[in-house]
Amino acid sequence: MALKIVKGSIDRMFDKNLQDLVRGIRNHKEDEAKYISTCIDEIKQELKQDNIAVKANAVCKLTYLQMLGYDVSWAAFNIVEVMSSSKFTYKRIGYLAASQCFHESTDVIMLTTNQIRKDLSSPNQYDTGVALTGLSCFVTPDLARDLANDIMTLMSHTKPYIRKKAVLIMYKVFLKYPESLRPAFPRLKEKLEDPDPGVQSAAVNVICELARRNPKNYLSLAPLFFKLMTSSTNNWVLIKIIKLFGALTPLEPRLGKKLIEPLTNLIHSTSAMSLLYECVNTVIAGHDVNGSPFLPPFSLALFLFLRFQLCVQKLRILIEDSDQNLKYLGLLAMSKILKTHPKSVQSHKDLILQCLDDKDESIRLRALDLLYGMVSKKNLMEIVKKLMLHVDKAEGTTYRDELLTKIIDICSQSNYQYITNFEWYISILVELTRLEGTRHGHLIASQMLDVAIRVKAIRVFAVAQMATLLDNAHLMTGNVQRKGICEVLYAAAWICGEFSEHLENPMQTLEAMLRPKVATLPGHIQAVYVQNAAKLFATLLKNQEGNTDRTAAQETSQLMIDRLPLFVQSANLEVQERASCILQLVKYIQKLQQKDVEVAEEVIALFAGELNPVAPKAQKKVPVPEGLDLDAWINEPPSESESEDEQPKAIFAKEEPKHSRARHTEVDEKELAKRREARKQEQANNPFYIKASPSSQKVYQEAPGVEHIPVVQIDLSVPLKVPGLPMSDQYVKLEEERRQKERVEKKKKEKKKRKEKRGGRGKKHDSGPESEEDITPAHMVDIVTEEMPLADSEKLPVRSHRAAEALKSPAEDGDAESPASQEPKKKSSKEKREKKKDKDGDRKVSVKNGNPTRETALWMYIYGAEIDIQGNLQDGSQVVVSVIFENKCDNFLKTMEFNVLDSLNSKLQRPEGSGPHDGLSVPFQLPPGVSNEARFVFTMQSIVMPQKLKGTLTFIIKDSSTHEKLDFKLHFTCSSYLITTPCYSDAFAKLLESGDLKCSSVRLEGVNMPFHHLLARICFHHHFSVVERIDSCASMYSRSIQGHHVCLLVKTSGQTVSIDAKCDEPTLLGNVLDEIKQTFSQC
Amino acid sequence: MIRFLLLFSRQGKLRLQKWFTAISEREKKKIIRDMTTMVLARQPRTCNFLHWKDLKIIYKRYASLYFCLAIENQENELIALEVIHRYVELLDKYFGNVCELDIIFNFEKAYFILDEFLIGGEIQETSKQIVNRAIEASDMLQEGDSSEWFEVELFG
Repeated sequence: MALKIVKGSIDRMFDKNLQDLVRGIRNHKEDEAKYISTCIDEIKQELKQDNIAVKANAVCKLTYLQMLGYDVSWAAFNIVEVMSSSKFTYKRIGYLAASQCFHESTDVIMLTTNQIRKDLSSPNQYDTGVALTGLSCFVTPDLARDLANDIMTLMSHTKPYIRKKAVLIMYKVFLKYPESLRPAFPRLKEKLEDPDPGVQSAAVNVICELARRNPKNYLSLAPLFFKLMTSSTNNWVLIKIIKLFGALTPLEPRLGKKLIEPLTNLIHSTSAMSLLYECVNTVIAGHDVNGSPFLPPFSLALFLFLRFQLCVQKLRILIEDSDQNLKYLGLLAMSKILKTHPKSVQSHKDLILQCLDDKDESIRLRALDLLYGMVSKKNLMEIVKKLMLHVDKAEGTTYRDELLTKIIDICSQSNYQYITNFEWYISILVELTRLEGTRHGHLIASQMLDVAIRVKAIRVFAVAQMATLLDNAHLMTGNVQRKGICEVLYAAAWICGEFSEHLENPMQTLEAMLRPKVATLPGHIQAVYVQNAAKLFATLLKNQEGNTDRTAAQETSQLMIDRLPLFVQSANLEVQERASCILQLVKYIQKLQQKDVEVAEEVIALFAGELNPVAPKAQKKVPVPEGLDLDAWINEPPSESESEDEQPKAIFAKEEPKHSRARHTEVDEKELAKRREARKQEQANNPFYIKASPSSQKVYQEAPGVEHIPVVQIDLSVPLKVPGLPMSDQYVKLEEERRQKERVEKKKKEKKKRKEKRGGRGKKHDSGPESEEDITPAHMVDIVTEEMPLADSEKLPVRSHRAAEALKSPAEDGDAESPASQEPKKKSSKEKREKKKDKDGDRKVSVKNGNPTRETALWMYIYGAEIDIQGNLQDGSQVVVSVIFENKCDNFLKTMEFNVLDSLNSKLQRPEGSGPHDGLSVPFQLPPGVSNEARFVFTMQSIVMPQKLKGTLTFIIKDSSTHEKLDFKLHFTCSSYLITTPCYSDAFAKLLESGDLKCSSVRLEGVNMPFHHLLARICFHHHFSVVERIDSCASMYSRSIQGHHVCLLVKTSGQTVSIDAKCDEPTLLGNVLDEIKQTFSQC
Repeated sequence: MIRFLLLFSRQGKLRLQKWFTAISEREKKKIIRDMTTMVLARQPRTCNFLHWKDLKIIYKRYASLYFCLAIENQENELIALEVIHRYVELLDKYFGNVCELDIIFNFEKAYFILDEFLIGGEIQETSKQIVNRAIEASDMLQEGDSSEWFEVELFG
């Protein structure tokens, strides 16, 4: 026996230990695989020995080899042997190996259950610890089931070392064996108050993970966690708790209210960025809750809003930090805000644009993501210009390609919503074609095609640009690197061919398309070239036959005949086929020409008719002609007994249906014309079909650039720049000039109006042209741009601004009590502009301090009265008014108190215990130049009448500590009690048939706007939704917060609009109609 | 929770791998390949975060060694960086001015330290002292074992 042991130990002396193995591998860099395979053979030998020390050594080496990527699953049983050694040294190695190599499908795990149980109950805490650690890696459902009780017992072990491990492993057990959760939970909860902070934090971790999966079961723990949160100083634990609360608050809004203080304190006080970031993230997520079905009560919404503002400020600090990580995280969090509060992010545009210059690509990509959501009509050109600069500077194709796709994404999002000038866009696309080595040529091409087809007004310009591109095609094809961009030529050729009537010099373009070099282009592009050369040829013939001299036409034919054979030889079948077809055609035409026959009309008929974009699902809408059964066999199916050699025949026969179907769809000329007419009609009425609207036409005419674009001779020494193309910057400048001009004009008009008003005449102004400007996409007002609500034409799902809109009307009528009229007589120009904005329908009213000697101390924007959606579902009597306070003076404002004189019908909601005339203190102070929003809830008894409420705002100016007062009026229109509610046409019809509704109607004269704008206006201002629309007639529906149905039938003919309305409450209806009338009288 | 931790050298050689969820070997190899190529391709002085599938990858380079941690989407990136740093501190304390070779030759020790710090993808102990004490105690136990073993050898 002794000899055997001695022999073993001598053997062992010659064995490699782990260090030897590692060294050996490092010394055999050339033939590592071979060396390792000999090592594995040795290990196999070692594992066969009885000596556990040798085995453990072998297993340790195997663990190392496993990490290098070698399969060691064959040694699983040996690992179990080492695990069950009674010596801690070996046990430790065994468990390590097991945790690295075992997984759920390892068979031998079944054998370990008893061994692990033994180790768990070992008197040595480190044995237990090692077993727990190992178990955390390879626990299976079976192990979890069998050992759940043992681990649960360990949660109350005397040693905290074991307790915390047991608690954490319990989570893994819950996952594998969910039945264990219920019995273990009380003990887990107990651990939240464990005297040892490690165990406590482990319990927090586990409950946090559990709560994330199923928050509502853990609401009852909130008070406990709240206590922990206020007492704990351990940031690791705090972060987990905050995360947990983030999961709980959506279920219990009151919780959010309680959290405000501790969270805000943490945000202010913590120096740990990780904790700050967590708080900020949670607040942002909490703020999202606003939009979710769990609408918190208004006070909470208000508090959340305040915290939210704080967070946005903090994020800005993060982004400005020099630490790249913080910058990145700041941008990441911003993009979360962007989804719900685009405006809050938009005010940081400068900062985000700066991040585009960052040297870190991931930061630039984050910033790009943000930009996508930040564009508006107003800033699109500017942002894209900035991006174009980056495209030029960018190193590395990946980032440049990313930029390119982003530019196109940004511009084309929601049906080109933000593009006001398509000429500019085409120029951008053309500029993008100069990019070297991009693989997004097809993307640019599809954009060019899309815009040229859908925006009729742009075609002349587009065709000119495309012709230049074709002319300079050699610049794109010359370089191998630029292969991707060739795709653009596909679009260019097609556009030039299809809209060839707009070409200035068709002959030149035709020649460009038939150059021998074209044969080097990819086949599908050549095919388009050939086809479109034919279209061009047709147009040319038509032009030239008009002349007396026939030789020109014949020369054109000759050119075609000379050049086309090149394509007939093409290896590409498509090109070959098209070319030979067209060549024959041209030859025939030439023959006719020689006989002096006029052919142009007939040739052009080949390409007559307009190609329209077809929706992907359009085919479904084509009715199957009567008597055609697409599933019926045309020939009897071949019986299976037929011999194989007959099968080709069957295939041939199958092709026949094609022909027969074609015959079916052939419709006579009249029918075609009729359909075309109908389609045109439909397009005219389809708001989603971009057409030559008067506004875009106007923009186009205003741009003087087109005719003056000099077509310069190509300078070949500068190969990459396509000469003669206008720079997109030009449009940015134009746009700026135009805006400037508008501004000046408006100012003038405004002055005039003001004079009139001062003259005491409250008559309404005819501001026709201005109202049209409202809809013109190019229209922009740039005063207080950051806070400006969106213009009418931007129908974004923003909170609508109702009461304020109503506020505007008294101001306009020159109502003596209106807040605006309290302005002092002396007005600085700035104030005037502010005033003017009210007129333009910007729906914002400034209420100004009445003290004429002082600079305006406080601006108060009442910019939206919203109906609290939750409130209306339950009691239908709550209206929320959001007020923005902006401090315009140089002093700190504090102790602001908002008070409204309640009427019988409407009351300001005050906190319990306060009297009916007490003011509500505004829950913030305002440093100079800062603005903030507060919300106030009003309770309404009846909503059938519009309401005006008088109110005052008192505040103290800090330094002078004088009390100031500000009077204002709140105007609640009936429309603000309506909620946009969708309604299906059948439900709508039922409603009308029911006979419960009272009828009323109104006529509007001189409404000069497209029908869909008119509808959009009603939808936007008065919260209706369109139920159905047929031509120039539409039915609309809305519901009041108290459940009144309001139905409208809007018809238009010429400039007259008639609205027939039905509602179950005649007074409400009358008022709503009056308001609609007013909306349109103002434009 | 943390999904996995990888340590690899500048040449892409793996030095340590710890998986906190059960993953097949093939999948592991694929992830390791992805991680090394992604992380090594990063320019210096860029941020330490990456997005990969539904995970956040947080990496940090210490001398010639990259520490790469994958966390689930709702986790805090900055705390993950702290985890990496804390682990490096623990290694440093244990080995005394730790270098790559320490981890190569004592790779099992590196695992033992990690096991005392993290367990099942969660942080087990945030106190450096307590972790160190646990490691020391286990090592003592191991040494006790070994001396016993020698006795057996000699006098068995």
